[in-house]
Amino acid sequence: MTVVAVRRRFAIDRGTGAGAAIVVVLLALAAVAPFISAGNPETMDFNAILTGPGGAHPLGTDNFGRDVLTRVLFGLRVSMAAAIGSVAVALLIGVPLGLLAGYRRGWIDAVIMRPTDVLMAFPAIVLVVALAGVFGQNLGLMILTIGCVYAPIIVRVMRGAAMEVGTALFIEGARARGASHLRVMVRHVLPNAISPVLVQASALMGVAILTEAALSFIGLGVQPPTPSLGLMLSEGRSYMGDAPWLVIAPGLGIVLAVLGFNLLGDGIPRLFDPARRVRS
Amino acid sequence: MTLLAVKDLRTEFRTDGGWHAAVNGVSFTLEKGEILGLVGESGCGKSTVASSLMRLLPGNARIGGGSVRLDGADLTALPEAEMRKLRGRRMGMIFQNPMTALDPAFRIGGQIEETLRAHLKLDRATARAQALSLLQAVGIAAAEERLRAYPHELSGGMRQRVALAIAMSCNPDLLIADEPTTALDVTIQAQILHLIRSLLVKDRGAGALLITHDLGVVARVCDRVAIMYAGEIVETGPVAAILGAPLHPYTQALLRAAPSDRAARGQLPTIPGRVPPLTDRPAGCAFRERCGQAVAVCATPEARARHLPMPGREVTCVRHAA
Repeated sequence: MTVVAVRRRFAIDRGTGAGAAIVVVLLALAAVAPFISAGNPETMDFNAILTGPGGAHPLGTDNFGRDVLTRVLFGLRVSMAAAIGSVAVALLIGVPLGLLAGYRRGWIDAVIMRPTDVLMAFPAIVLVVALAGVFGQNLGLMILTIGCVYAPIIVRVMRGAAMEVGTALFIEGARARGASHLRVMVRHVLPNAISPVLVQASALMGVAILTEAALSFIGLGVQPPTPSLGLMLSEGRSYMGDAPWLVIAPGLGIVLAVLGFNLLGDGIPRLFDPARRVRS
Repeated sequence: MTLLAVKDLRTEFRTDGGWHAAVNGVSFTLEKGEILGLVGESGCGKSTVASSLMRLLPGNARIGGGSVRLDGADLTALPEAEMRKLRGRRMGMIFQNPMTALDPAFRIGGQIEETLRAHLKLDRATARAQALSLLQAVGIAAAEERLRAYPHELSGGMRQRVALAIAMSCNPDLLIADEPTTALDVTIQAQILHLIRSLLVKDRGAGALLITHDLGVVARVCDRVAIMYAGEIVETGPVAAILGAPLHPYTQALLRAAPSDRAARGQLPTIPGRVPPLTDRPAGCAFRERCGQAVAVCATPEARARHLPMPGREVTCVRHAA
């Protein structure tokens, strides 16, 4: 199938297609990083400190003589893991809670939403920093932390969508056919309400990449010498004047990843709406 | 044989001032193989009666008293799990707006099969075959193809046929149709009503409660009719008798206000005044203030007594007290 045929099949517009392509390529690069890169991202070479792009080091080396291309590829792994992991955590927490709150309303809604509102009142980055400070600084914990901090956003979006869908006549119709509340929620409300949540989730992917970068940048995320895009930015900052490739390469990586997820998110509603999907 | 017996049903809604009855002591019966029309203007409580029968009331409403007996068993006392087994199985329901009555995310076939499989424990293939024959029964052409269609690909009339197919999929004893044809044009309306009458009521011997504000619909398909006003049934009887010789002043006014050839030439008569609000229902007859024939006794509780002026007819009006 050609690119055009694939796009027709799934009714994907140009922007969504580009976003999907970027995300797929970055994910693939992150997945195969250990196999395609020249060496270890932590191997230092003191004979090649801060060499410019070209030759044996296509993107140059840093102040320890480490290959920037290798480090960017490995850094991408961390960033992608952080983005996907934390958004998955946010969805796992947020979707059931938001669905329940929006569909059942009343006191259930109040019990779920009050703490959610309190959490949302804090700036996310402050919470992440505080939690990272308390729980320490390994990647797994960081993913959990970012996920928990973004869960309230998912809860809110899911609740709003579930509330709207919950009042639809076909929901009452499903109940009149003898479906239980659980079945109605999972089978009828969720599929019709999930689309805005997924849009939000893809936007959060970009935000999570930035959050990981920010955390690593201020030293609360991934610890050196493990490469992460944010950490590389932070370390490269001191040499920015003499060796701009140290910040350009990871910076571009972050920009591309965020752009890819955002473009992809724009196209999601189409995929979940039968009326807007092209029948083949 | 009596299929459904509703007695003194009282359904209340919570407002700031407490609980107020939107359905206030409604009683009626429905025989097997009979269509009973429930008629009244908007806000009179007829849809609340339907939700009460299905026990699908919104969170701010409750059944405050009375009984709903389906083949003798009181539905108001049933645990929710038991009630759920009845919905869709012994009681089917169709709604006013067919455009939104089907789940837009699933194909028609799947939605019919869902009900069949949940209640009758059919396997996938049997359910599919059953769904196909149901679609054919409600007169959908190219039914095989339509099973794979999404709701948005069907017209309003077709969707209401599908909704009817789902409602009758498990051979229910009782069909509750809440303004099933209001959103449809006249020819489709006639076809849907004919389907309800022939398929469900005549062939299968089910009973149907048809909620409507259209007296023309009542005249066409109902056997008996109950007229509702402000949460109460004011008059019940055979359709021909009530439409021909209404006893209650409200029924009389309603019939005068129905558009007809004669009325179309002049100004359409209306009923002066408005329905008293839920929170402020008068003690006696609720129609008293709009009634041209009200007397002193209409303001007393006595005015709410039911009278039986002739066999098969019931009216709540002191003018017909024996």
